[in-house]
Parts: sequence; structure tokens; C-alpha cells
Amino acid sequence: MDDLYRDYILEHYKRPRNFGELLPHDLEAHDHNPLCGDEMGVHIRVEDGKIAELRFHGQGCAISQAAASIASEEYVGMPLDELPALDGDWLIELLGIPISATRRKCALLNLKVMRGAVTGDASWP
Amino acid sequence: METTTTSLLDVRADFPIMSREIDGRPLVYLDSAATSQKPTPVIEAMDRYYRHSNANVHRGVYRLAQEATDLFEGARERVAAFTGGQTETTIFTRNATEAINLVAYAWGREHVGPGDVVLITQLEHHSNIVPWQLLCQETGAELRYLDVADDGTLSLDQLDEELAGGRVKLAAFAHVSNVLGTINPVAEMAARVRAAGATSLVDGSQGVPQLPVDVGAIDADFYAWTGHKALGPTGIGVLHGRREVLEAMRPFLGGGDMIRTVDFQESTWNDLPWKFEAGTSMIAEGVGLGAAVDYLSGLGMERVRAHEHQLTAYALERLADIETLRVIGPPDADGRGGVISFELGGVHPHDVAELLDRDNVCIRAGHHCAMPLMRRLGVPATARASFGPYNTRADVDALVDSLGRARDLFGES
Repeated sequence: MDDLYRDYILEHYKRPRNFGELLPHDLEAHDHNPLCGDEMGVHIRVEDGKIAELRFHGQGCAISQAAASIASEEYVGMPLDELPALDGDWLIELLGIPISATRRKCALLNLKVMRGAVTGDASWP
Repeated sequence: METTTTSLLDVRADFPIMSREIDGRPLVYLDSAATSQKPTPVIEAMDRYYRHSNANVHRGVYRLAQEATDLFEGARERVAAFTGGQTETTIFTRNATEAINLVAYAWGREHVGPGDVVLITQLEHHSNIVPWQLLCQETGAELRYLDVADDGTLSLDQLDEELAGGRVKLAAFAHVSNVLGTINPVAEMAARVRAAGATSLVDGSQGVPQLPVDVGAIDADFYAWTGHKALGPTGIGVLHGRREVLEAMRPFLGGGDMIRTVDFQESTWNDLPWKFEAGTSMIAEGVGLGAAVDYLSGLGMERVRAHEHQLTAYALERLADIETLRVIGPPDADGRGGVISFELGGVHPHDVAELLDRDNVCIRAGHHCAMPLMRRLGVPATARASFGPYNTRADVDALVDSLGRARDLFGES
């Protein structure tokens, strides 16, 4: 079995959770990784200060897409004010695979757009 | 149809890095369009220069300085001869990008103005796009593009139409596309540009390493290329220019070596080619590039082309057997250089490159510094395999086997 392309990574890549568009939505952001052409957007519906529902969309490598799918299940139900505390290490640990320096941007793209949508700051990380 | 089973060239042993193993397995280097590997004579020439002959050039009266000058200027003579250029009109730059910028600044700022057109193509590398964007933004000129057809080719009819508009001041185009491999008819294009009274520049970065190039026969006003893709070191590029054009141009960078006299308020310029070479030259790199063109001349560029043509044809034939793989660009090896961009269905190019690296197969994934072309092709990125003289059919076999494993991994579950 491949260390990086584990079965659950490929499974999330092929059948991503919470993918598509969400209309109407309360928050949104879009970003891309120009180096590899990965792009990702997110629509978020907020209820009582929490992420009630979200949908990612875009295209990219297995790592960026699977990471978004896996993380999306954590984001749902999360209070908005907890999101800015999430960092890259949280996400890498959640993925459970060895991420090289060159693929780190792929893995973190979903958190980058989430933080952009919630805080309005697109500069992270 | 391929009938031979061995490669035309057998020079792998000339390249020290090819004996490198990673995880106990040999290197399958298929990224020569990004940079080539270096043969022993290039490495040794630079090493010998530093150990034995190092001094600054063009100044010293002592014998060591004269020796360094002779090595550097001797390299220039051989580099010029290799590409059919003249020594005095063969300018050393840092790379092809700097050569193109030299033209955009020193020629462009003098000759391009509001309402003029700079014409380029959709298949250019960023280095032949961005300098013209900057020029057009500064001067109020318009940047226009020749389209790329689905088979990766440009249209001479569209070139004629653009030229007939009467506003084109400069047309710049790649000799060989770094993404599609398309070999453009640059001599014909340069002739049509000149007939329309405009100036032409050819980006030969992918041309010189793999085709016999005669800049005299191509007869563009400028022909730029880079050393590191042609078995030479990084840090040295070449600009060939037409003498009358170069003589009429103002300098690019100011400093030492490019002047004849310096007074308190003004200076006069050195002769060609040194007028465009400010500051201490990349001496060791020039010596290395001289060794690289000697090596390539020894192989014979006709044979290098035949070798890479054979490998490309073989690769296209074998890649066609992977049913989910789509090759982008010219359909056969005749119209393309030794570069093949492709998509593997359901597998992102970055994942393809990462999985191939498991087998030490080095390919490029991404936009290849050609983002406008990616947009034209409707893809976010491609995977790209490219060949050099050291590649063999075994390398193609390794590529195909590794691609099969990547497809299988993503095909499961």
C-alpha cells in the first residue's frame, strides 16, 4: 500500500464529501495554488454562530481534494470563532499521511479558503 | 513505424548523474525541457577553469588573465559557430529570459509606442510573455496573440492577417513549444515579419538543445536561447542579434566592460558584443557552455534530433496503449520536439508526477510557465515528459510501466 495515496485518501478523492455549491450561503471564499493549478472555493451556511452546512468546489490533486473532503466533516458543526485557531499541523494530523513540503500547500488549501471565508483574511498561511 | 530496437545515441555513460541511484534504483530523467543534465566534459571544463585558469577577463596584462580571456572568448566563437551566428553578434546573457528582456528594454523602449502592436503566440513560455506585457503597459502598445490550433500548431494565415494590419512593430515566438513540443516554422515566420517591416525575435530555448539551428538561415532579428537546457551550466544564455539592429540600439545594463570611455556626465560604448555585457562576465559558465556545444557538435545535432525523434515516436506509440491517457499537441513525432505533455484520466498531474517519482521517473507537472496556454487548452495543468541525448528506450518503458501503476492505483477502490 502507498504511504501517501492510502485507500481512504483515494476514496475521499473519488467520492468527496460536502462537494458542490450551496445556494444560498452566508459566507464564501475562493483561492488557488498557481504553482499546480489547484483551485478551491467554499460556500458556508451559518446557524447560531456555527457552521451549519458547507460545500467545497474546484479542482485539484488527490491530496487537495481528499484533504478538503476529510476536513469538511470536521468543519460542520464547528463554532465560527473556533476556526481561526486551526492551523496546518491540525490538518496534517487529521489527514494521517506524510505530507512533503511540496505537497503541504495542496493539503492546506481547504483551510486557507475556510479561513478566508470566515475571517476575510486570505493571506494565511 | 519503428523498426530499430536500440537507441541511435548511447551516451548515458558521459553523464555522471546517470550513475546516481535513489533507493538503490537508477534515475529515469525525463525533464530535460526544464533543464538538461551535464556531460563530464562540461563539468571538467568549468572545474579546470577554476583550478587552473581563473582570472578576470578583458583587463589583465598578465598571462593568466590573457588565458582566461582566451578561454572565454574562444567559447563565444564556438558557441556562435555552433548556431550559425557571428562572434560579434553573439551576446552572453544570464539566461534566455534576460536575453528577451534585453530586447524588450534596449530595443523595445526605443521603437514601440502607443498604438503599436507587439505580436506573440498562445504557446509562449512566460519569459516570452511577461517582458512584452511590461513593455506594452509602459508604452501604451497593444499585446496581441496568434492562436494555437487544437493540434498545437500556429497559423501562418493569421500571422499574415495580423501583419496586414500594419501596426505590428515586433513579433516574438518560440522555436519549439516547451509544453506541446510544436516545432514552429520560424524561418518562414521571420521572413513574413521582415517583409511587413517589423522586427522578429525567436525564443530558441527549446530549439537549440534538440534541433540543428542555423540562426543565419532562420534570419530573425533576434534569436535567444539558454545554456542550461543545452547540456551547459546555469547562469548563461545567448542572444544572437542582427548587426545593424544591435549597433543602433542603446545599451541594456550600464557598468564596467560595456564602455569605451567614461566621463563625469556621459560615456561611450564598447564594440559588439561587449556593449551589452555590463559587469564581470559569467566566465566559467561561458567556458562550460563552450564545452557543451563542443560535446553536442561531436554528437552531431542531426543525430541528436534523430535520436530524440525516435524516442518521441516510440513514446507516442507506447503511450497510445494506455487507454485513459490523452497526449496534448501535435499527433506525431515529425512535427514536435522531444517533449510530450499528457493527461492521465482521473489522476491529477501532480499525483502522476508524485507516483512516478516512486519509481525514480522524473517528469514535470504543472503549468510549465505557460499559464495562458493552459487556459487555451482548458486544463489546469499537464504532466510532461521530455527527452535528452542520454535517454533510452528503456527510459520510455519505465515511464509507461510507472504510468500503468499510477493508473491502477487510482483505478482501484
